Amino acid sequence: MTTIDETLRVPVTLTVNGVAHTRTVEPRRLLSDFLRHDLRLTGTHVGCEHGVCGACTVLVDGDPMRSCLMFAVSAQGHEITTTEGLGTQEDMGPVQQAFVECHGLQCGFCTPGFITTITAFIEENPDPTEAEAREAISGNLCRCTGYQNICKAVLRAAEIRRQGATEGGDVP
Amino acid sequence: MTTRQFGAPVKRKEDPRLVTGNGRYVDDLGHDAWEAAFVRSPHAHARIVDIDVDGAVDVDGVIAVFTHEDLDGPAGDRLPLLIPHPSIEAGRTGYALAKDEVNHVGEAIVMVVARDRYIAEDAAQRIVVTYEFLTPVVGIATSRDGSDLVHDDAPGNVAAHLLQEVGNVEPAMAAAPHTLTLDLEIERSACMPMEGKGVHAHWDSDEQRMRIHSSTQTSTGVRAAVAAKLELPLAQVECIAPDVGGGFGVKIMHPWPEEVLVPWAARRLDHDVKWTEDRREHFTSSAHERGQLQKVTVGFDDDGRLLALDVKFWHDNGAYLPYGVIVPIITATQLLGPYKPQNYRVEFWSMYTNTVLVTPYRGAGRPQGCYAMERTMDAIAAELGIDRAEVRSRNFIQPEEMPYDQGLLFQDGRPLKYDSGDFPASLAKLKALVGWDDFAAYKKEAEAQGRKVGLGIGCYVEGTGVGPYEGGHVHVETSGRVNVATGLTTQGQGHQTILAQIVADELGVSIDDVHVTTGDTRRMPYAVGTFASRGAVMSGNAVALAARAVRAKALRIAADALEVSEDDLQIEDGTISVKGAPNASIALSTVAVMSNPLRYAFDESAKAATQFAGAFDPDKPPVADDDEPGLEGKDFYSPTQATFANGMHAAIVETDPVTAEIRILRYCVIHDCGTVVNPMIVEGQVHGGVAQGIGGALYERMVYDESGQLLNASFMDFLMPYASEVPHIETDHLETPSPLNPLGIKGAGEAGTIPVTAVIASAIEDAEGFPIRSMPISPTELWDLRRQHAHAGASPTSQTSTTEESA
Repeated sequence: MTTIDETLRVPVTLTVNGVAHTRTVEPRRLLSDFLRHDLRLTGTHVGCEHGVCGACTVLVDGDPMRSCLMFAVSAQGHEITTTEGLGTQEDMGPVQQAFVECHGLQCGFCTPGFITTITAFIEENPDPTEAEAREAISGNLCRCTGYQNICKAVLRAAEIRRQGATEGGDVP
Repeated sequence: MTTRQFGAPVKRKEDPRLVTGNGRYVDDLGHDAWEAAFVRSPHAHARIVDIDVDGAVDVDGVIAVFTHEDLDGPAGDRLPLLIPHPSIEAGRTGYALAKDEVNHVGEAIVMVVARDRYIAEDAAQRIVVTYEFLTPVVGIATSRDGSDLVHDDAPGNVAAHLLQEVGNVEPAMAAAPHTLTLDLEIERSACMPMEGKGVHAHWDSDEQRMRIHSSTQTSTGVRAAVAAKLELPLAQVECIAPDVGGGFGVKIMHPWPEEVLVPWAARRLDHDVKWTEDRREHFTSSAHERGQLQKVTVGFDDDGRLLALDVKFWHDNGAYLPYGVIVPIITATQLLGPYKPQNYRVEFWSMYTNTVLVTPYRGAGRPQGCYAMERTMDAIAAELGIDRAEVRSRNFIQPEEMPYDQGLLFQDGRPLKYDSGDFPASLAKLKALVGWDDFAAYKKEAEAQGRKVGLGIGCYVEGTGVGPYEGGHVHVETSGRVNVATGLTTQGQGHQTILAQIVADELGVSIDDVHVTTGDTRRMPYAVGTFASRGAVMSGNAVALAARAVRAKALRIAADALEVSEDDLQIEDGTISVKGAPNASIALSTVAVMSNPLRYAFDESAKAATQFAGAFDPDKPPVADDDEPGLEGKDFYSPTQATFANGMHAAIVETDPVTAEIRILRYCVIHDCGTVVNPMIVEGQVHGGVAQGIGGALYERMVYDESGQLLNASFMDFLMPYASEVPHIETDHLETPSPLNPLGIKGAGEAGTIPVTAVIASAIEDAEGFPIRSMPISPTELWDLRRQHAHAGASPTSQTSTTEESA
């Protein structure tokens, strides 16, 4: 049996939603657990812990990554964005706003992973077709919505983002 | 003027919170709680000879290790059989922690509590359990064979057996001009909510109170179960379902072992304890559903009209029967759908197997019943060469025959009596939506291009909104804030929005002022739970009744203050005014102050109320004998029977002539769930239901090997549909209000799922030209079927028919 040295803890410094955090963690601690339980940013959800469902997707330096497949220590020096960093209830980001408008969520558990994924997607493809929108979300599982309204939300989010850009507003 | 909310696509009140990471699911709570992990059986059927926990207790950070021997009092007894039924011959349930034997892979044996989950799992790995192997019973056929037993005291592995008959099947069948027999199979799937189960327990030793947060569909049920198992007064236990990440049925089962064990450990250790189910645990220790073998014999006339229907089926209930026989009873009764069978006999056996237990999954036995009936309808059409929609239409119950009593007892023990519905109108809408009459030409054209396409259809009736009751509590604060509470729980159905819509209308206030709490026993201690598409029917009507009581009281107080008749008053936007004299008005918040004779001037409303404080009668008490202080009301809605929603789906599929890949080109839905509170939400329910149905029809199955190992217990191997697998869903609807409840609602939660397997089977059969008798179906299976039929000269394999001539 492998013996685990539970006394081994290492420091990690990373930026989450623009705020720098330094913590001492076990090397095996998952980034998802670190965000949720050490930083108490519980907006990132864990649906499978084996990288398939996408609920735990966060942005690492702007790219979508599954935080259940990353160790917290692997995020050393990186910038992480979670759904909490993409807007507030009073001032929602374009993707969040689109999900509300299009009824893109029901239980809301998978939603943060979709929101981060779509945020990165429309950054790359500001005016997607419906087929591209569907393709973009095809790596995330949702058990409630049947995806139709999420596809709609992708297109709507891109539209809101484009409007924001032309009006010179902030685009998170 | 207040805009009417009922019937409008109001945006959901819960969403801004959920999209910004401000939801609170069970695992978002209790950051400082100790965490539990379980040693679960790796064997499907074995006696436990020894449990050696020595390796675990020494791990730094481990707080406690518990086995069955540690469970004191009722916590160590067998878990309850929730819903007894006379048909149950051997109702076996398990223990919270296995005692002496295990009956499926995944059954909990040891509970480890540690400082965190990582340590708890480390420790759990060091526990050594010694087993003596018993023969596993896997699959319905093996169980039915009965040579090996799951439970020694359940002969033939039969948990329950039920026969219901309406009319007289045998002579009717014998006299029928045509008969057909179909052998059908449908495999297991599971709810698979994105959030697994979870429990967080807080024991307050000063107040001797237990507070449980559980990802449950019934907080009142969990509360009562924990109080009984821990021998605590009910008043000292509270249970809250916080945000719940999907349920679909699996979370209506209760108490799950962990719902007993986590509070038990929290009290014993006098510390918060939590457990968050991981995905593998969910696959092997939460419930599955659907698995049945069916034999349908049908007698019909030359026009395809049913004369007799004789159904036998064997239902796989897994290792234990805690939820009773609800699922097979629903299959047996709801199988009939919109049709009149004339003479109907149904007999089922609910069978034990050494696999995960079976409890309701969205549709709850209806998808299997619909599959049996609709396969039969297609078989009749094929036999007689009549259009499939036409055969169905000839057997429909007509609108003028409503209410229609099928003569059976439903899941609630009450008559299966359809309250309303217009099946011919639904069919006409479906045919128009999918282009039924144009399909033959489309198919011919496709075939000319070397493509194989097929059109499928499925009709269902869904008993929804079963009782016994739900309650509503409405309270107007002196600020004008309206608090609404109902006891049933929410897993994404938008109850906070639809119940607020209903109350806003009933009370005449802005929806922004209405705040709904669900599933919190502190706010509504009497409730049943969320299942059977009952949320809108039951709690919708309950909060409407409660709001009407509050409205009546508000008008009485206001009439007194304004010295007018109640009949002359109206409430709009939170203000009560005299009709035609808008200046004579009083705010609802002021009335809230006036409803309470204790009026400290804490806020502006209380100050405003003083101007209405007139003279009082010294001979009367401040609160009248038949009154209560405060502007609040409570009521319960308790129906005499279920409501019956219905729907019809059609799909066009394309099967690849070479690879047998199956693609859904179009999916059309007509549904009738009575009056609609929020069309946006109902549409979302339909989409999600269809997606789950498609998973069950084409992708999802529980692959057990003969030793009882679940081979695909992960999202890598259990193929839940992604967006790439779910087609665009086209919908249209009918609103036939239920005459049974004040709001006319029927319920919509399960509708989308029910007929999908039947519809896809029908469409593939149409594309391929040979019968589909086993679902789900993969491309490999379709490819094999093609080969079999090519070899056999395209004769149907599992269908026997007799006609008058040959009989």
